[in-house]
Amino acid sequence: MYKVVTKRFLNEAKTICLFEIEAPRVARHAQAGQFVIFRLDEQGERVPVSVAGWDREKGTVTVMVQAAGRTTKMLHTVEEGDYISDFVGPLGKATEMDGLQKVCVVGGGVGCAIAYPIAKEMHKLGIDVTFIAGFRSADIVILKEELKAASDKLIICTDDGSYGEKGFTTQYLQQEIDANIAEGKLQFDRVIAIGPDIMMKFLADVTRPYGIKTIISLDPIMVDGTGMCGGCRVIVGGETKFACVDGPDFDAHEVDFDSLLKRAAFYKDEQDEAAQHICKMTGGKRNG
Amino acid sequence: MANMKMQKNPMPEQDPLVRNKNFDEVALGYTAEMAIDEAKRCLNCKNSLCRTGCPVSVRIPEFIAKVAEGDFDAAYDIITSTNSLPAVCGRVCPQEKQCESKCVRGIKGESVGIGRLERFVADYHMAKEDKPAVTVPESNGHKIAVIGSGPAGLTCAGDLRKMGYDVTIFEAFHKAGGVLVYGIPQFRLPKEIVAAEIENLKAMGVVIENNVIIGKSLTVDELFEDGYEAVFIGSGAGLPQFLHIPGENLLGVYSANEFLTRVNLMKAYRDDYDTPIKKFNRVAIVGGGNVAMDAARVAKRLGAEHVYITYRRGKDELPARKEEVEHAEPEEIEFMLLNNPVSIKGDENGHVVGIELQKMELGEPDEKGRRRPVPVEGSNWVLDCDAVVIAIGTSPNPLIRSTTKNLNTTKKGGIEADENGQTSREGVFAGGDAVTGAATVILAMGAGKTGAKSIDKYIKSKKK
Repeated sequence: MYKVVTKRFLNEAKTICLFEIEAPRVARHAQAGQFVIFRLDEQGERVPVSVAGWDREKGTVTVMVQAAGRTTKMLHTVEEGDYISDFVGPLGKATEMDGLQKVCVVGGGVGCAIAYPIAKEMHKLGIDVTFIAGFRSADIVILKEELKAASDKLIICTDDGSYGEKGFTTQYLQQEIDANIAEGKLQFDRVIAIGPDIMMKFLADVTRPYGIKTIISLDPIMVDGTGMCGGCRVIVGGETKFACVDGPDFDAHEVDFDSLLKRAAFYKDEQDEAAQHICKMTGGKRNG
Repeated sequence: MANMKMQKNPMPEQDPLVRNKNFDEVALGYTAEMAIDEAKRCLNCKNSLCRTGCPVSVRIPEFIAKVAEGDFDAAYDIITSTNSLPAVCGRVCPQEKQCESKCVRGIKGESVGIGRLERFVADYHMAKEDKPAVTVPESNGHKIAVIGSGPAGLTCAGDLRKMGYDVTIFEAFHKAGGVLVYGIPQFRLPKEIVAAEIENLKAMGVVIENNVIIGKSLTVDELFEDGYEAVFIGSGAGLPQFLHIPGENLLGVYSANEFLTRVNLMKAYRDDYDTPIKKFNRVAIVGGGNVAMDAARVAKRLGAEHVYITYRRGKDELPARKEEVEHAEPEEIEFMLLNNPVSIKGDENGHVVGIELQKMELGEPDEKGRRRPVPVEGSNWVLDCDAVVIAIGTSPNPLIRSTTKNLNTTKKGGIEADENGQTSREGVFAGGDAVTGAATVILAMGAGKTGAKSIDKYIKSKKK
């Protein structure tokens, strides 16, 4: 059993919640870009979620989770001091940072939570970090202060302009690339893009003409997270890869987004139905 | 006086057309009367050849003699003196290739039902209410780490604990048991049975730490830093092989590992568990081994109208146990033999709609003596289906070998170990599928036993 040490909603709309979990073994090795798999209880499913932070001394790991399906909605009802039954990791490979000088990290929605530790680590290593954070509207914006501290330049944009700049992340990435050219500045040597699959697809289109290597972090459907089930197959450069062990980071210009988008929707009917059957009396709490 | 009936007492079973709609155990087990009657068929041969066929050297004639006397407790003690998982072995060992293949009674007629008797004794013990408390062997102060809680790891841990070692098993999954819980289905090996065997080991003092992935959460080197004096790697062969044919990434194509794990470990077939599984109507399984049979029978129980086994060789070449094939057939599993998958067909949404098969003929025997399948030109056809489960084997997971220095591996990715389980690194032993690639539960248990003996020898030699 793994204790929830801290729980805190990260935005007004309470769509994304931070959980600090006591998991010394995971904390000992966690690195930016890796993920964990958690399970709420005996009947629960195994759900992958990116590592958002860690405290090696305290032996805790932080994750930021958006309530989307049944399990994540139920996780949001877990309180400080409660326990969840499983928390395993760190899984996947850490994000590569060696030799980078200037990076643009782009996060979309809850993707910002995944991108945040990567930006923070890069910033710490002295890499010039521009962070573009996109959200639908002001009420779901997260990590304003944290993102500022983890970057040299921060652009927050919302689709409706209710917070920060108005517009989409693709627009601002284009703007930054153009500015680097126009002002004769060093161009980004890497773009890290994390968000909805469709957003990552369009961001990849933005960087492609400039040949800027673009890395995306994928979270396809998976069961074990150790290479055992093969459920997280993604096609990269025409080859089948397992996101859990070969990734989660992949070269966006090589990823077959078409099959990725289809695979992600495979259990949509089952998930929608399951999400509707959360007990209204307990808010999804079982056995208690 | 020995019972000279030529046939084994038949195993009571659920009716095939009833059982293919539920996940309850197929074979119901002998009654005490049946067990005693069957035990009397044993001639108690002096040279007991059956024992030589057992990878864990169960004292077969001795335990059977006790069953014949009706002293089931004594029989249990004899079995468990060499085998820590009798309820499992009694169910899933290929006895027809092992102990029972050596039985003298098998020369004229059927061998003694050794597996069925082992199962009876184990089940009798498990059901007993006034069991004597498990004795906890005194600690000798030496810490040993076992990686993986499958049959190899559990056996190794059990044997070491009996010798007095302080054993911790590290398991990647949230539940212990390895392939016994994620791979073999409930109707063939009830998970309650596995759990009970594991509880037994825990009662003896074996510590199991779940959710630790060696190579990720912790490395082999760190185990030594943490004070473990030897390590046994029994991490199995968990990596699924795919066919590398067109259409393999379509929606509805599963590895047998994923399909079975969702159902067996995550209990997707039960409404009260959250893990989803699709309802499919026509499922094509690719492969002819035990795992293929398991996947087919699971698919049927999930409600598929048609379940096909597609296999490129003939019936005689099926690598599955005969018993598994004989169980699958009356459950209305349809065998599409001498058919080799060429591609998987999908619709515009990327969902599986069929599997293209090419007919085969049997040619000359290969080096293993199995007749080689030869494609029949122009014979391709499409079998309609909405799911495909690939069950063509697994290979060892690279997580440990890629994070452990100086650990030699074989060309196929297995860990190199000699006949004593010794790897290229001092203090590191390995056994089971992690070494051999996919094999059987009992061979893995045998390797776990050997590993325990070798570790004991190693620790004792170090002390000097």
